Amino acid sequence: MVKLDSIYIAGYGGYVPRYRIKASEIARVWGRDTVDLPVEEKAVAGVDEDTVTMAVEAARIALKRAEIHPSRIGAVHVGTESKPYAVKPCGTIVAEAIGATPKVTAADFEFACKAGTEALQFVCSLVGAGRIEYGLAIGSDTAQGRPGDALEYTAASGAAAYIIGRDKNNSLAEIEAWASYVTDTPDFWRREYERYPHHTARFTGDPAYFHHIVNSVKRIMDEDGYNLNDIDYVVFHQPNVRFPMVVARLLGIDLEKIKLGLITGFVGNTYAACSLLGLVRILDYAKPDQRILLASFGSGAGSDSYILRVLDGIERKRNLAPTLDKFIERKTYIDYALYARNRRKIYM
Amino acid sequence: MFRIKVPRFWRYREFRYRLSAWKCIHCGEIHFFKPLVCRRCRYREFSEVTLPYTGKLLAYTIVRSPPAGFEEYAPYIIGLIELEDGTRIVSQLADVDPEELKIGMKMEATFKRIREDGVDKIIAYGYKFRPAIQ
Amino acid sequence: MSRVYVAGVGLTKVDEHWKTSLEQLVTEASLKALDDAGLESVDAIYVGSMLSEILQEQGHLGAVLAEELGLSGIPAMSVEAATASGAASIYVGAREIESGRAKAVLVAGVDKMSDGMAEEVTSALMVGEKQEYTGFIGATFYSLNALIYSLYMKRYDVSQEKIALFPVLCHEHSVGVEHAQYPFKIKLETVMNSPYIAEPLRRFETTAIADGAAALILVGEEFASKLKSPKTELVIEAATDYVTPFQREDPLWFPALQLATTKALERAKISRNEVGIIEIFDATSIMAVISLESSGFASRGEAWRLLENGELSLSGSLPCNTFGGLKARGHPAGATGVYQVAELHLQLTNRAKKNQVDRAITGMAQTLGGLASTAFVTILKKVM
Repeated sequence: MVKLDSIYIAGYGGYVPRYRIKASEIARVWGRDTVDLPVEEKAVAGVDEDTVTMAVEAARIALKRAEIHPSRIGAVHVGTESKPYAVKPCGTIVAEAIGATPKVTAADFEFACKAGTEALQFVCSLVGAGRIEYGLAIGSDTAQGRPGDALEYTAASGAAAYIIGRDKNNSLAEIEAWASYVTDTPDFWRREYERYPHHTARFTGDPAYFHHIVNSVKRIMDEDGYNLNDIDYVVFHQPNVRFPMVVARLLGIDLEKIKLGLITGFVGNTYAACSLLGLVRILDYAKPDQRILLASFGSGAGSDSYILRVLDGIERKRNLAPTLDKFIERKTYIDYALYARNRRKIYM
Repeated sequence: MFRIKVPRFWRYREFRYRLSAWKCIHCGEIHFFKPLVCRRCRYREFSEVTLPYTGKLLAYTIVRSPPAGFEEYAPYIIGLIELEDGTRIVSQLADVDPEELKIGMKMEATFKRIREDGVDKIIAYGYKFRPAIQ
Repeated sequence: MSRVYVAGVGLTKVDEHWKTSLEQLVTEASLKALDDAGLESVDAIYVGSMLSEILQEQGHLGAVLAEELGLSGIPAMSVEAATASGAASIYVGAREIESGRAKAVLVAGVDKMSDGMAEEVTSALMVGEKQEYTGFIGATFYSLNALIYSLYMKRYDVSQEKIALFPVLCHEHSVGVEHAQYPFKIKLETVMNSPYIAEPLRRFETTAIADGAAALILVGEEFASKLKSPKTELVIEAATDYVTPFQREDPLWFPALQLATTKALERAKISRNEVGIIEIFDATSIMAVISLESSGFASRGEAWRLLENGELSLSGSLPCNTFGGLKARGHPAGATGVYQVAELHLQLTNRAKKNQVDRAITGMAQTLGGLASTAFVTILKKVM
């Protein structure tokens, strides 16, 4: 994989909705033992929120940090598996809401939980090819697990947005490299007209999550000549708290390096936003010259890895908008009944 | 508004999505929808402006008996906000419970679902205000 | 310019008329008015209605009513000004008499809200507001009132108990009124303990779903002298304002009402203290209070004193809403303005029965469209 040349993050933003439900509350309803719950709590979108509204929130925060007029954004790409419309793009609504229309390309990406990093690849490519000055990549999801299913404990709502450009003077990090690793591995899917996804339980582990992340990280490290010692922070896709820790161990990564970006325990698995949202948290704290490794995972299956280097602009730009922790701290607990209402599990 | 009529909703999306409004070049009156004549001074030229996304809460109430099409959202809060440029705007308040609200508190514009059509399922999006996240 | 006289009135009881249709209601009121005036026909018909096009999907009320009355052939049409539609029909009818083009005109107001579900009526009542703005976001007429109410209490430091005396007064006056929807007394506690419609506005400070029709016969000087029925002289003026109160300079003031009141008093050549009876547009308690202030019958923030001092009672210095007003007689939207004027006419022709106010020779009715984006002020004078 050839290293990227002069691809910079001009702005970034994370959004987590206000509502939380404790995993123990979900366990109470389904009579499950609370000893080994995959997360502590998860973020739940309000009744008036969806993938598009959260994408706009994250994008507006990214725009504040990017300090550019939205008309300079040439691409709005939204990665999600919870589109409000089966047919009609999220990208157009987001582009309109931030004022990037009409001289812009807009599209939605779907690749389960890696749709967000997939969107980022395309935006980086458009910027790198000189087709657009700035591009906006978003991962956003109001993920739903079937009531009572294992995924219900973790499937959460959130969004992360990145504005990519070529102007080093208006940037906070450089994207140095990316690599993908994809095979046809059906560990999780949702057919048309279905409300909830199906998954293959333990098959989602070794042949899916672990195999793909390990290999995409190996690929980016080997092909681009990086060494784990070059990396200060690592963020993986985090369907639960345990998986990223296991994959870190498999790759020989110090757990200290994944701690900051490991937010799933109190935010939940935000699917297409998941690893990108962890990266937001890291950028909120990282220092110039530190390197970050990100590896997403999308069922079906694949993993995208990125290497980022933090630049001086971070110190000033991060203060231009609320950090992710502001949204994480802003929380109101709801019970299962309100959760069922908010997420339209009660048919009206 | 029983049904969401797409052309009507679409026509004014700039205001609803991002508070894009029209300012009379002569007297400065703010119009949310593009006018032909200023209601205040009858001048006929306007500049497009984006209203401030922040302001303070002047008053609020709770809609408990909603109009048709808003049933699944009720009860919801309707507030009156004075934006930083002095423009007053009526808006739903989001991400907040009534007991957390205080008159004078700083609010900011957010982007939310307003409602969806019961038959055609088209979704109407627009501004709501929430307590400012500092 | 001819003077205008009211020569006949007809009212239906304000109620939920399950068995009666919109057309039947307005026809009943109109026939009563014709009979009261002793007339078989008129030169024109104007019908005010706010909601019929939405709830009954029935427009074209002029031709419909003319046919029902067996008067097809004469010019007839509907007039709309939201909740002031009834007053608007009076305005148009009066102007036609004044111009000399008509000698007698039937004006009617009608609405039948019980044909709609609660959410439909709530939606329909928003047609008087800016649909693309406040309607789009799910604001209701009552929620806009509630915002004004909060601002009012804060600015003038007046408690809700003071303002909530208005519905108590209205119910006191509705007792024994045959055409009233709620002819019984209530206590202040009843109002204060009623559920919120939109904080701080409580259910008993608002009006209910109501069906009703009212009609007047307006005649010019020439006819007035020929007809034997009791008559009053009518002056009506109107004004408008921005539709959304919060885009106005001061949302706690109704400039349209102020303007229409001034114009009507000037044309009637009377001063405020000569107004012996007043019909206030109490779609909500807070609208009643701001109306009393904007029309100059109380100073800003002080209208509650009139209530507390009993000045608005039947025996007070300014008897107000003598048949119960919108709150207790009922508020069938587009019909209300005609009810208000018809009730003044009953008072000034000594036909108000137990609610008769002595010595009154002049009455004023204020009818508002929306949150006073339209204001009609009608003054009736006793004909000596």
